[in-house]
Amino acid sequence: MANIRHSVALTLEKCKGCTHCLQRCPTEAIRIRDGHAQITTTLCIDCGECIRTCTYQAKRAEYDPFECIQDYKYKIALPAPALYGQFDHLDDINYVLEGLLKIGFDDLFEVAQAAELVSGYSQRYLQREDVKKPVISSACPVIGRLISIRYPDLVANVLPLHPPVDMAAKLARIVALKEHPELKEEDIGVFFISPCPAKVSYLKDEAEKGRQLVDGVLSMGDVYKRLVQVMKREEKPQPRSRTGCIGIRWAGSGGEAKALSKHRHLAASGIENVIRVLDSIDNDTLPDLDFIELNACPGGCVGGVLAVENPFVARSRLLYVEKNMPQAVNWDFSKKPTNTFVPGDYFLEEQLTYDPPQALDDDRRQALVKRMQIERLVNELPSLDCGACGAPTCRALAEDIVRGLATHDDCLMLGKFRQVNKERSV
Amino acid sequence: MSDIIQLHYDVDGTDFAAAGEASMKIKKELRSLGFPQDVIRRIAIAVYEGEINMVIHADGGTADVNVGLDEIEIILADTGPGIPDVEKAMQKGWSTASEEVRNSGFGAGMGLPNMKKNTDEMVIDTEVGVGTTIRMKVYVA
Repeated sequence: MANIRHSVALTLEKCKGCTHCLQRCPTEAIRIRDGHAQITTTLCIDCGECIRTCTYQAKRAEYDPFECIQDYKYKIALPAPALYGQFDHLDDINYVLEGLLKIGFDDLFEVAQAAELVSGYSQRYLQREDVKKPVISSACPVIGRLISIRYPDLVANVLPLHPPVDMAAKLARIVALKEHPELKEEDIGVFFISPCPAKVSYLKDEAEKGRQLVDGVLSMGDVYKRLVQVMKREEKPQPRSRTGCIGIRWAGSGGEAKALSKHRHLAASGIENVIRVLDSIDNDTLPDLDFIELNACPGGCVGGVLAVENPFVARSRLLYVEKNMPQAVNWDFSKKPTNTFVPGDYFLEEQLTYDPPQALDDDRRQALVKRMQIERLVNELPSLDCGACGAPTCRALAEDIVRGLATHDDCLMLGKFRQVNKERSV
Repeated sequence: MSDIIQLHYDVDGTDFAAAGEASMKIKKELRSLGFPQDVIRRIAIAVYEGEINMVIHADGGTADVNVGLDEIEIILADTGPGIPDVEKAMQKGWSTASEEVRNSGFGAGMGLPNMKKNTDEMVIDTEVGVGTTIRMKVYVA
């Protein structure tokens, strides 16, 4: 399995074994066993739906503690653009940047700045003739995972460029070493301030594959708490920001796509909507489009479970702060690109591959036999999809039984169901 | 062949958006059974084209797929107007679809040729005023 790391953790004592997360999981990765929720890691795409839906706060996102920045001599913050949407009446993002320096960072590199560059190069990439359309954004790691387990025909559509946070991390190191020749590489710690636990697992996965992009992923909520204490906003802040609206807009659904306005594009957010769009591309029922931006969280990255403010308020605040900002600082988006050159550093080292969850059986004859057994079981089960057995649907239970992971006895409703049927037929 | 799974889908003839649902479900099913991607792609195209035809011309119909180990059979049946001249209908670009249907990107006259191209056997049984049944087979290498 290419991705085994996940950023959802369970506080065992808090989990009641209820069916909320079970029925919300878009890939049916959760089962309730021994009284609590268990995740099948090969199916989990890190969308965070179970964290959102848990009534008992038993599900939580894993990320690095803020204190981990102290392990480094020179600490660089990479604020995600969604961070600027967390503060009320913010009219200048430099207040936030100044705040980051006050809470312990020595330097910063805005992910929005890297986003403008990625947008610029994406434009060029889309101009290439050999590109498989529609190109699907690579920014949301959940989408990459979903495509790799479910859509074999779409893996080649995913933009092969690094998401902005990767580029921000790379560029931050280069700039720091240049500006501070006295620093050694190991002195530098680069920390992403993330709205999203999927980025935590993505960046740790990359590190495990030998590509250490960041040295830690911090929760936006955690950093926010520290920032509000130091952001007094009494004096005009130093102008530190090097980004424009194009970069900032990546925080919300449609932002990345809007930067590619010279191309026909579509943007969707929220995992259910995303699946509908992917199904349509897979089924070839979408009109001709060049680019598709998909975000698993409702409203885009501002809807991430590590963000503080609700995504709609955050987006309204971003629109407010945008008013005083230039369109773009790192790229001229007014003209259609005249060449298709993209530097090698921007290309992902590995193309996405299809990595399907376990088939019913490796032998196709056996798979067919098992499939028939499932169909028979489905007809026997009550079709209530109540989740009391620990599987999200009766069909899922049938599949579990055939795979040897559950038994008939797990269905608590079967006796009652048979009784009702008997009475009906009399 | 004893190991055959029979899948049945109703194709709703009332809206275009519904066309493609059966082919999508079949695709998922065949993937979970571990069929080769090329076989899945060809079957999905054949079923999809059939669904579109049933929505445009026949107010819907049914799609039955018999999944065997060595071959997969597709039976598309409707009680629509029937095809008066099958030979003509098999020509690329020939269509009786209305201007309105064509403007929405369908009815380009590629449906039947595309089904033929993507399957190993295809038999059309049609009668004007009664309906059309198309049987197709894709061999699994």
